[in-house]
Amino acid sequence: MSELLSFTGAQAAARIRAGDISAAELFDAYRERAAADDLNAFLWVADAQDEHANAAGPLAAVPLAVKDLFCVEGVPSMAGSRILAGYRPPYTSTAVANLRAAGAAVLGKTNMDEFAMGSSNENSGYGPVLNPWDRSRVPGGSSGGSAAAVAAGLAPWAIGTDTGGSIRQPASLCGVVGLKPTYGAVSRYGMIAFASSLDQAGPLTRDVTDAALLLRHMSGRDSCDSTSIGYPDEIELPTTDRLDGMVFGVPPELSAEGIEPGVREVFEANLTTIEELGGRLEQVSLPHSPHGISAYYVIAPAEASANLARYDGVRFGHRSDSYDGLTELYEATRAEGFGTEVKRRIMLGTFALSSGYYEAYYGRAQKVRTKIADDFRSAFERVDLIVTPTSPSVAFPLGAKTSDPLAMYMNDYCTVPMPLAGIPAISIPSGISEGLPVGLQLAGPAFSENKILNAAYALEQVLGFEGIPVAA
Amino acid sequence: MSTTAHSYEPVIGLEIHVQLKTRTKMFCGCALSFGDDPNIHTCPICLGHPGTLPVTNAEAVHFGLMIALALGCEVAPRSIFHRKNYFYPDLPKGYQISQYDIPLATGGRLGDVRIHRVHLEEDAAKLVHASTSGRIYGAEASVVDFNRGGTPLVEIVTEPDIHSPQQAEDWLRLLRATLRQTGVSDVNMEEGSLRADGNVSIRPAGEASLGTKTELKNMNSFRFLRRGLEAEIERQQRTVADGGQVEQETLHFDPVSGSLSSLRSKEEAHDYRYFPEPDLVPVAPTEAMLRRAREALPELPLERSARLERELGVPAEQARQFAYNSELGDFFEAAVAADSADARTLANWIANDLVAQLGDHRPEETKIEPGALARLVGMVNGGELAANAAKEVLGVLVKDGGDPATIVAERGLGKAGADELEQIVEQALADNADAVEKIRNGNDKAIGAIVGAVMRATKGRADGGQVQRIIRERIHA
Amino acid sequence: MSSELSGILDHIEKINELDLDDVAPTSHVVTLENVLRPDEPRPSWPRERVLEAAPDAGDGGFRVPSPGG
Repeated sequence: MSELLSFTGAQAAARIRAGDISAAELFDAYRERAAADDLNAFLWVADAQDEHANAAGPLAAVPLAVKDLFCVEGVPSMAGSRILAGYRPPYTSTAVANLRAAGAAVLGKTNMDEFAMGSSNENSGYGPVLNPWDRSRVPGGSSGGSAAAVAAGLAPWAIGTDTGGSIRQPASLCGVVGLKPTYGAVSRYGMIAFASSLDQAGPLTRDVTDAALLLRHMSGRDSCDSTSIGYPDEIELPTTDRLDGMVFGVPPELSAEGIEPGVREVFEANLTTIEELGGRLEQVSLPHSPHGISAYYVIAPAEASANLARYDGVRFGHRSDSYDGLTELYEATRAEGFGTEVKRRIMLGTFALSSGYYEAYYGRAQKVRTKIADDFRSAFERVDLIVTPTSPSVAFPLGAKTSDPLAMYMNDYCTVPMPLAGIPAISIPSGISEGLPVGLQLAGPAFSENKILNAAYALEQVLGFEGIPVAA
Repeated sequence: MSTTAHSYEPVIGLEIHVQLKTRTKMFCGCALSFGDDPNIHTCPICLGHPGTLPVTNAEAVHFGLMIALALGCEVAPRSIFHRKNYFYPDLPKGYQISQYDIPLATGGRLGDVRIHRVHLEEDAAKLVHASTSGRIYGAEASVVDFNRGGTPLVEIVTEPDIHSPQQAEDWLRLLRATLRQTGVSDVNMEEGSLRADGNVSIRPAGEASLGTKTELKNMNSFRFLRRGLEAEIERQQRTVADGGQVEQETLHFDPVSGSLSSLRSKEEAHDYRYFPEPDLVPVAPTEAMLRRAREALPELPLERSARLERELGVPAEQARQFAYNSELGDFFEAAVAADSADARTLANWIANDLVAQLGDHRPEETKIEPGALARLVGMVNGGELAANAAKEVLGVLVKDGGDPATIVAERGLGKAGADELEQIVEQALADNADAVEKIRNGNDKAIGAIVGAVMRATKGRADGGQVQRIIRERIHA
Repeated sequence: MSSELSGILDHIEKINELDLDDVAPTSHVVTLENVLRPDEPRPSWPRERVLEAAPDAGDGGFRVPSPGG
């Protein structure tokens, strides 16, 4: 049994296709573990094998945990919010449909920060998720459920979404791999929207190979998403074990100030490893990246304030029982259904767009975004990839930052610039500090995922990070 | 009203919404609907379900470009969509996808009114009154029908170049005729595929500055538009004459009572918090798209008007009338084509007599065929039929259709023969001896009574001029 | 909530330190244009399905309190 659960997604797929293990047996094993989940990682677990699963496909009916943000027809899809309590969408998101078409089996829906707003999974309307490394600590967010599920061996692999770091940061805090693709590479159709110009779906996995495999099958141009573009080249499973000839840029702005000493230490060791593998390090400045948090926390809430306006109790979702008139219907429904962080960001976003303030806030933030993208463009003329710690800290205790939203937002310091520029980035577990995982982030130009995956793979082989034993 | 009020001139701008006649909605593949059962043309996208995304209708863009070119606008090399944010039950996403400061086209002209901008957007859904209140506490319930939600709209905004309600009506008719010719919309005000709001202000005559404007919303016929504008201008002039100031507000005109009321609706004092729509990419019309739109434009009313004058010798006034009223223009050209009658005479008949018979109807709503009218006019020209009798035949054609020659024969309306006429004139002269006396004494006007008597006796089958001539001949013989 | 918000705004206001006069705003990170769909009807959803998720359905539609006059 524990051997069954020790396979990565790719390994399990190969064995299923070879007939060595049974897809049904694998699904049941994971279903049992997911149902017994004491991390609150799952909001819904399938009670039978996914009828779309296909053992002959590339993903060979290997069970997949899906962040609750993805619409799956007939399955509760609530974006971690009470305002969508019980909502079962009438259609399935393209990303999940693509993975099913490749044979994947949906195991369950994972818990998340409400509407993807958060970096600790403490903003869920359905209770926080616990970090399997230390149950008194957060798993990161907003894809905390997906990250914890993979880290604890409750699922072989998972998908999540990343808007300001919501795949990479929980991956880092839980010691798993998390990849945010180039904006537009994966269709957003069916992803309950948070910030439309930033949201991207991506894999959370045990290793880089699994991330590549999921990415290859979930991506592609979708006629239902006008902003989707697909990859010019096929995503390849990585094979490199050396970094010779590659230049890695280290931005002082994202690798010094605010980084915990333990994380810094691991990061420095990782830089040495890069050089040992033949990579060259170069200091490269991203002068506007310190303003990433400011720009992000204007743009994302602004777009969210509009995206969340549809939750009004008229066509679906929660509707208040006590209201007198239309305005009260809206106000009561939303007051009851939304959590504090969501309300905070809606207010922030509404303010940033309002007449008289638009230019100073939203307008300027859009310009900062241009500068951040320009900084990356210039940097990539000199280096192949940029390397930073993924998160300024390791997993922090539950409740440690909930009373200081700004401190919470700072968790995204290193991850926020990439979505602002629309470029891809991966986080791989790269060390331990105080007994907790540390993540290393590699970012590259748009559509450079193959290069990123190869570099990450080479590092992964050498770093030898050990995840939590599955039996635990 | 004091004399000072009379020296204020009205300044009017129009904001027009045109529902496009595409097959599907602006951002999803649902079919457009016309008075169907509620909510049978919807899908997760136009219902605003979580996770859904819009995808722009290519044909709507094409129609938008056609409108922009028909109005002589400058098409933006790149335009983007914006979200217009507000809460209302007919707006499923809580925002309308529209265009804001980078619209599809700007700066055109139609006739004597300049066009400020043309842009694309999606229509809202419909709110209808519920039959019972049911679960809803308090006042009444409404029911939302999302069939219409998402229908492609083009919004056209004019410059404030209109200076009278009549001009507004005339110009809107020209716009309607122009758009109808392009085929992009049914442009039917009663059905809601053409909607017009007016922005109205007044200013001292001859000044260039603009006064505070009010907005008159949703006048759904040409006549109501004119009357609404008239009422509002009068109200503003009265306000100023009484020493008051015009306040900016949104008004509704009730055509039944003729009164204006302030609208406390979603339109009032709103900050729409426009920002670029992140789910849609810009529209950058290519050479091919522009060429296709240009080539799809048929002859437009103003061009038609010029051609009718030039090629068929139609007087300018009537040519304009046929241009502004494209159904009438179509009827005229069909009549000219059907029977090579004198185009000028045909034009007269249509512009005057047919129009009088039609009332509010369009020619195709009646039974008259263009060819039939052409033959009728031919009969008059050829002396077979008197003008009065022809008018009677026209009435029959409009009501029952048919062929003029047949109708004339059936009703014995053929022109009175010379002998018959002589006899009738004799009788009339005998019956109106004192009138005859007056004429002999130089009072020529008295001839009217005798002509009238003859016309009645012939049941209009005589030509009035000919009758007068015969009478005079007999009297002065 | 308001003190938290003003704290956040204070931080955000740091972007005012930057000179952004000649910078074009980014509204889209993808450089796509003219992503258009053919005007082909696709089957609409059956009304029962559409109204299934509705908190208050009736008269063939979605019931709401009437908006104030």
